[in-house]
Amino acid sequence: MILISTVIVAIMLLAAVAALLFKNHVAAVAAVGILSLALSVLFVILKAPDVAMTEAAVGAGLSALVLALGLRRLGLWQIESSNSTQSSIQKSGEHTDA
Amino acid sequence: MTLFGLEITLDLILYTGAFGLIVIGAAGIVLAHHLFRVILALAIAEAGANLLLVLSGYRWDAIAPILSGSESAAPMVDPVPQAMVLTAIVIGVGVQALAVGLAMQVKKTYGTLDMSAIRQRLEADIAGTAGIATTGSQDAPLGERPLPPADAVPVTPGSSAR
Repeated sequence: MILISTVIVAIMLLAAVAALLFKNHVAAVAAVGILSLALSVLFVILKAPDVAMTEAAVGAGLSALVLALGLRRLGLWQIESSNSTQSSIQKSGEHTDA
Repeated sequence: MTLFGLEITLDLILYTGAFGLIVIGAAGIVLAHHLFRVILALAIAEAGANLLLVLSGYRWDAIAPILSGSESAAPMVDPVPQAMVLTAIVIGVGVQALAVGLAMQVKKTYGTLDMSAIRQRLEADIAGTAGIATTGSQDAPLGERPLPPADAVPVTPGSSAR
């Protein structure tokens, strides 16, 4: 039990850091979805299956959907990293490289 | 199992995860350069707060608080924080949707989502609406604070010298 919890907590913290550090916004939204999914597994371990169901359906599903659709509306939906993310890399690179 | 003289328990790991998520989310809210990252950091901090609330009612020897017909004498974990978290998850999605909507409005009004550019435009807008000259910002101060002359008489608050 303690090993499973450690692995899941590590996944959550890694996903949280990745969500803030990924340059691609779609990848960041996916990282937040992974975080919510790991959190729902953790809720099952914590003897809260109802909260886990809600977290998996609403937190991981609906929230990621809302964020992804908002991403498309904001014009940040860029999956290909070859040519279309040139401007965003240039914009955010000078802050993160320091 | 001990590490650095500290006994590693399930509670310690879970509380570390919860506080870690809250700290990462708060740091992201403060430090992010892009408005969308602020929304994602808000979601991360909210997940950490939910985990902390569920942890507050957790007992390792208890069963899930669900009536399943065969009643046993085993204690149940506290169902009140779980009900609160159930509500908080749904409210969190609403807050995220509102934040995305506000970000769309910012994009439509200012044409950018970069935080420093938004702050500059916003200050210029406020100054323009108030009818005053654009004030200096922390990055670009207008001038220096005028120093009083060396032989100036200290002005008392009650005097009418202007």
